[in-house]
Amino acid sequence: MSKITINIDGKEVQTQEGEYILNAARANDIFIPAICYLTRCSPTLACRICLVEADGKQVYACNAKAKDGMNITTSTETIEAEKRAIMEVYDVNHPLQCGVCDQSGECELQNYTLEIGVDSQSYAIKDVDRSSKDWGHIHYDAGLCIVCERCVTVCKDMIGDNSLKTVARGADALDEQYKESMPKDAYSMWNKLNKSVIGLTSGGEMLDCTSCGECAAVCPVGALVDTDFMYKSNAWELKQVPATCGHCSAGCQISYDIKHTSIENTEDKIYRVMNEWNYVSLCGAGRYGYDYENKVQAKDEAAFARAVEAFKKADTVEFTSTITNEEAYILQSLKEKLGLKLVNKEAKAFQTFLKDYSQISGTALYGSDLKVVHNSNFVVSVGSALKSDNPNARYALNNSMTVNKGAGIYFHPVSDPVIDGMGKSIMSVNHAPLQEEAVLYLILDLFADKSKLPSSVVDYLASFHKEKTITVEETIKEKVVEIVKEMKVNEETGEEEEVEVEKSKMVPKKVSKEVQIDENTLLALVGADAKFEENLEKNLKKKDAFALMVGPDLYTHPRSGNLARLVALVEKYSDFEVTMIPPLTNSLGVALICELDDEKGSYTVGYNTKADFTLSALGNGECDLDMPAMNQQEGTLTSINKRVNPTNAALAYKGYELNDIANALGMSAANVIDYTAALPTSAGFKSEAFDNLPNHYENDGTEVRGYLLENKEVEVSSDESVEPFLADTLEGAVIYLANPVRQFTEFTNKTTGLDEIAGVYMSEAYLSKSELNGGDSVKIKNDNGELVATVISDNKIAGDIVLLPTFDSKLNSEALFSSYRFATASIQKV
Amino acid sequence: MNNEQFNNRNVSENAYYLVDIEDYPTDGWGKFKRVLKRTFRGELFVGLWVVLREMIKFDIHTIQYPQEKMPIGPRYRAVHEMKRLWESGTERCIGCGLCEKICISDCIRMDTKIDENSRKEVSEYSINLGRCIFCGYCAEVCPELAITHGGRYENGSEQREHFVMYEDMLTPIDQLKAGNQLEFDGFGAITPHEDERVKKTPLAY
Repeated sequence: MSKITINIDGKEVQTQEGEYILNAARANDIFIPAICYLTRCSPTLACRICLVEADGKQVYACNAKAKDGMNITTSTETIEAEKRAIMEVYDVNHPLQCGVCDQSGECELQNYTLEIGVDSQSYAIKDVDRSSKDWGHIHYDAGLCIVCERCVTVCKDMIGDNSLKTVARGADALDEQYKESMPKDAYSMWNKLNKSVIGLTSGGEMLDCTSCGECAAVCPVGALVDTDFMYKSNAWELKQVPATCGHCSAGCQISYDIKHTSIENTEDKIYRVMNEWNYVSLCGAGRYGYDYENKVQAKDEAAFARAVEAFKKADTVEFTSTITNEEAYILQSLKEKLGLKLVNKEAKAFQTFLKDYSQISGTALYGSDLKVVHNSNFVVSVGSALKSDNPNARYALNNSMTVNKGAGIYFHPVSDPVIDGMGKSIMSVNHAPLQEEAVLYLILDLFADKSKLPSSVVDYLASFHKEKTITVEETIKEKVVEIVKEMKVNEETGEEEEVEVEKSKMVPKKVSKEVQIDENTLLALVGADAKFEENLEKNLKKKDAFALMVGPDLYTHPRSGNLARLVALVEKYSDFEVTMIPPLTNSLGVALICELDDEKGSYTVGYNTKADFTLSALGNGECDLDMPAMNQQEGTLTSINKRVNPTNAALAYKGYELNDIANALGMSAANVIDYTAALPTSAGFKSEAFDNLPNHYENDGTEVRGYLLENKEVEVSSDESVEPFLADTLEGAVIYLANPVRQFTEFTNKTTGLDEIAGVYMSEAYLSKSELNGGDSVKIKNDNGELVATVISDNKIAGDIVLLPTFDSKLNSEALFSSYRFATASIQKV
Repeated sequence: MNNEQFNNRNVSENAYYLVDIEDYPTDGWGKFKRVLKRTFRGELFVGLWVVLREMIKFDIHTIQYPQEKMPIGPRYRAVHEMKRLWESGTERCIGCGLCEKICISDCIRMDTKIDENSRKEVSEYSINLGRCIFCGYCAEVCPELAITHGGRYENGSEQREHFVMYEDMLTPIDQLKAGNQLEFDGFGAITPHEDERVKKTPLAY
């Protein structure tokens, strides 16, 4: 893509070839009204208000691409007339109940009506019954809907649920005289608008989706509202605290909207979570899982003294990755000071994986990020239950498919209807657990440059290919001549008589032919279907940007070292850009900052995990000293995009925090954020004070948040050998350690907005095959242990593998797994 | 229109005149004379005479507050009232929050929630009269003519902060039925000839 210069309203503007005029204007602070367009999604062309004149021709700025030297005028007499008419049409029959509308104050209909200066109405049509509907976590008021279809667009192009569509409104046709009297675009926009409202794709009464709430966030009016926010507060009363979501590794920018709790209680409360939906899309956990703060009323001095004693006595600190970089730094400093061991299983696995990977790649970190995935057009995912491990990675995959006309392959043992629902261009391959190595070998085989790959690998790959003679049935067309008797009128006599006519026609005929083909036995090994190669060839047409996402299944795999080396080879010798999905919120930060140990010692202090002495932000009464939760803390979090994002405290916290303990143990910092500048530069962090870290998006979508980690070069070993894969499989019923969508940790479990229950998640097909029903209790048992759980029917998974979640520690699913996320177990009804 | 009268900003030209006041004495002798004059001229008795005269007349204008009270003008802005709809008796307030927003002394606070009929309901409403400056903005901004000022100006209390709650401001239902609810004439009231100024929205019915 090359830089071009266009002229908008006399202003020279630099932009990219092929960029939409609207985006070019927005990036340069030129205002063009637009209602239906969403950045990062395909243009909807519903509102038509972004009319501009480009080289003397009226075009829609949201879908007209900029060409070099283009002259654009944003305002002419006709355009102004169109805009005015469009806004008047939007106001036709719109209820004048702004007083009780949740969108009031941040409503785009209000804003544009004022901006365009609509002070009178020229159009009218009889309204039809548009009653409001309760769709579960979303409330839809069709009476307020202006059918800009932003919700439909975001659900299709970004989220990938395809849960919303336009349905018939059943209104009268427009008065015919309007066709003559109205501006043209306004008329056709009204004509379309008047025929539709928003409905559910499923045709049901309730939304059955992954409940991200993005549709309500993008709604310009109050038509789609989060049910839990309805009538709670007006937009202008809420104070916005810019933060970073602390639930998963995506590190989405969010703002906590806070206000006093009630007239009696002046303490702040989070009313909702908002996002810059043009540039970042949230999942249900980020949006609805916000009230996990630890309500501590006072400092418990006795508990604090015991905590300090415990640290002095302890030889190990065990913690989870739901902590900030600064806290990780404190723990690392305490390790150095007191000689503690630091234990964090999931971060340790990730750290080891990164280390093994860097031996071949030569960089400490993977080379790519989710933004690259968004912009690529062939995406492969290996070893991650995308929709629950990192929803943003799933959005990136879907976005690259819908907007870049991309394709992809989703390798995972658990078949996923949500991924399959993204369209035909995504190929799901449900390989057997433990076969991730074979999958990476297959990727090398299909995509790597064999002339550069180490010869041992090439030879190994070649061993899976064999010549095979198969019989192909081909259909060829053959010319057949036949004699047909026809009745014809004899021209002389005028009578009908039978005449024989020769007719030739093409007849399809099936012919068997023997051909030599190259059979790739790896395909069968990973369980790809017979049409895989054919589909892949079709899907690879016109693809030039490749992205590979690898996930936590690989880090915990018994042969993760080999997998890491294979991933590095894929990155090095193919066009794939690699992104790794860190297992938890700040696993990447912890992996970079802390030196982690494998084994626990005799006395352990646990941070957010149960141990001999427990520090916890969960506030469930089981801990020995309370800690602030992520929404009560300042600090930075390292995201999957290798970005160090600042987060602010939305709510007050009155107890002790880790920094106080560190100070009591001889460290010295007034605030925990004093350590932000001290984060190790050797790991890629910058020596930047917390208060200097920005947290916003520019108009052109540039992410101005914190800073990017420097991807340090590391010493490369010349040894690029990889081991052949093991053909081990898991025999029997397979269980998988994964959470349902919207749940990540105990913190999401604690929130009132997320109501998933802990149990064993089974697909509908699995349930109908077995004698089990949703709600039954089952005993799951294997060599590692056993547990009793409630069966939950989950239509977001398919196949025979059952899911055990980790978000509720009461279930203690981890007890059944050694380290790998898959295991076998017997499942019996009790 | 002739703007001359506005353009002439020399205000002293004809509308003002100097009051005829004697010069103040500057020397000691002059000051002494002034003291004598003021003391023996009997001005004190002039005042006493007026009081005595009015007392004898028995035509007393003094209001015996708090036993007696002056009538308050219909536009007077004292403690707020919450009005009800005449027809149904339901509360006019819809909980839009505009009064809370516009209040320049930040003394209004309200809690809203969704009620069992899926309508917005005001669950709590309070005005801190200790902060209120009775400017009338809340009444002016109210789209439903729900919050208005009333004539109850006695709001003394022992402490700075004192609150008036929604129930206390609301017209009692029996008062409404008795027809005792008064519409407020001041800020926020519908101006005369409003109908003529409004552009009518076309209707397709």
